[in-house]
Amino acid sequence: MEAFTKHTGIVTLVDLPNIDTDQIIPKQFLKRIERTGFGQYLFFDWRFLEDGQLNSDFEMNQERYRRSSILAARANFGCGSSREHAPWALHDYGFRCIIAPSFADIFYNNCFKNGMLPVRLSEAQVEEIFRRVRKSPGYQLTVDLEQKRLSSPDGLSYEFEVDEFRRHCLLNGLDDIGLTLHHEEKIRAYEARTQT
Amino acid sequence: MKPKTMFEKIWEAHVVHEEPGKPSLIYIDRHLVHEVTSPQAFEGLRLAGRKVRRPDLTFATMDHNVPTTRRSLPIADPISAQQMETLARNCKEFGVMLFDLNSPFQGIVHIIGPELGLTLPGMTLVCGDSHTSTHGAFGALAFGIGTSEVEHVLATQCLIQSKPETYRIGVKGPRPYGVEAKDIILSIIGQIGTSGGTGRVIEYAGDTIRDLSMEERMTVCNMSIEGGARAGMIAPDQTTFHYLVGREHSPANFDAAVGCWKKLPSDPGAEFDRELQIEAASLCPQVTWGTNPGQVVSVDSQVPRPEDFADPNLRKSAERALQYMNLKPGTPIINIPIERVFIGSCTNSRVEDLRRVAQFVRGKKVSSRVYAMVVPGSQQVKLQAETEGLDRILVEAGFDWRESGCSMCLGMNPDILKPGERCASTSNRNFEGRQGKGGRTHLVSPLMAAAAAIEGHFTDIRQYQL
Ligand code: SF4
Repeated sequence: MEAFTKHTGIVTLVDLPNIDTDQIIPKQFLKRIERTGFGQYLFFDWRFLEDGQLNSDFEMNQERYRRSSILAARANFGCGSSREHAPWALHDYGFRCIIAPSFADIFYNNCFKNGMLPVRLSEAQVEEIFRRVRKSPGYQLTVDLEQKRLSSPDGLSYEFEVDEFRRHCLLNGLDDIGLTLHHEEKIRAYEARTQT
Repeated sequence: MKPKTMFEKIWEAHVVHEEPGKPSLIYIDRHLVHEVTSPQAFEGLRLAGRKVRRPDLTFATMDHNVPTTRRSLPIADPISAQQMETLARNCKEFGVMLFDLNSPFQGIVHIIGPELGLTLPGMTLVCGDSHTSTHGAFGALAFGIGTSEVEHVLATQCLIQSKPETYRIGVKGPRPYGVEAKDIILSIIGQIGTSGGTGRVIEYAGDTIRDLSMEERMTVCNMSIEGGARAGMIAPDQTTFHYLVGREHSPANFDAAVGCWKKLPSDPGAEFDRELQIEAASLCPQVTWGTNPGQVVSVDSQVPRPEDFADPNLRKSAERALQYMNLKPGTPIINIPIERVFIGSCTNSRVEDLRRVAQFVRGKKVSSRVYAMVVPGSQQVKLQAETEGLDRILVEAGFDWRESGCSMCLGMNPDILKPGERCASTSNRNFEGRQGKGGRTHLVSPLMAAAAAIEGHFTDIRQYQL
């Protein structure tokens, strides 16, 4: 799996709570049997108009957010379906880090499996990031997983929390299946004990 | 000994390995697979040269993509067909049992698991689908996972999981007239919000829940994820055991199994991290007005005003939802006209749902401005309904009677809403575009959907002789 240690990038905004995975990647694009190529369909119904043109009302489409790699949004990001196509689409589009006050469980978990870091901050901190991004076009943040810190040259500096085990795996790009297979003997013992 | 919750008992019985400060490795007793979230997982196995560790504990079906037109017709969408063929190929290569389009057991994964006795009390059960919480109705720990985790379970039959918190939601007292299981769970989500259950496993308890049939319990547990919960569960009892007798995959030594299952319910005095009590008497038939399942009100009230919400996030959501749904604040719910009705999905497409609908619409006619479809959850449900003649009653009343699958619950197949169309749906998600781009979904119980089909607008089911 792809490791994540430190990343600096432009921040883009989607100013809505409860963004569900149906919005992140609408169902008509779930038919691919690969993990790649979903980025073009990210937020499809919001990014594009009926005729296929970019929807200029959707904030993320503004020129100032071009080449952004960090996404900030509101509470309960990634709710709804368990589709991993959602983190695949975000990652494929170029995002490496998602910032929100809270995330839905399955989505949060899925991010770590794909080398992408979800960062939980308080509502007030997220609000502050929104304010600064809107004020300065091209606003960048540095996400440091080693230090568990989000910072910017303008002095913003927030510590964030992340589960130690997940942090360790992401920093080292460890593959979960490989880790679990180290416990093969215990799995076998469990199966013998319970006769499953 | 410290009293334990049902969740703790099941969790502890499945720990393969644990270390302080780390998530646990837990064993998975049952893995259900469908065509949309599995191709990349099988591909991962292939690339790493791995096998499916326990094909005997793994079962697959096709449901999300499948057309609901006659099975003899070719599949019109080549990409859907490819996804189904891929599943068939993977199941063959890795030795997994598949209920394909020609199988008499094909159906929505959360309908067929219980129906075939694949879902049993005390189990850990997973599927690459968020509504796996449905199976918790049997007193199983059942939750949805992403595709990477599907691959993990295929390869190891285990999952790395952090222990969630517990949340008991008690519902007390006799269920009021016209209130269905769907209304109970919609009311709960309305109260706790779409993230009220995040990081938690909900146990639904209390005599109102006890009195629900097995199928109604599944409806309640099904929508746990809509409240953000990891899983939902209900303690097994006689209703559960009775349901499981004689099912295809029920244990051969049934009485011994029942003996074990009886030890599962939470001990008296067990502590939960959070509790909520609801009086059943306060429940009414529900209708969602917005674009998430928490945006819900009673049928006898009005579309709310954004100003009614103190929380700025909720206010903003409400404004956007009203715009998308094209609704004016203050409009009585019963004045909202609809053009489409969908009766189906893993929430409400079991035979009891269809019986209630058929009984209600017998001798009535679907409004001329409405196109209404009924999509049974599985081939078994369809067969049972047809044996009882429910299909004839429904068709007579003007409903379209289809083949089994997810259908317009998510519209991956050709069953979708057109932009602007308004639908009374028995499914579980009213997200923007869920049933078709620009489509407007109102979640309701099967009876409320049936009544809306007849009247052409929402109507209070309590006015009818049921
Ligand atoms: S019926 Fe709907 S919610 Fe249920 S599994 Fe199918 S798509 Fe998902």
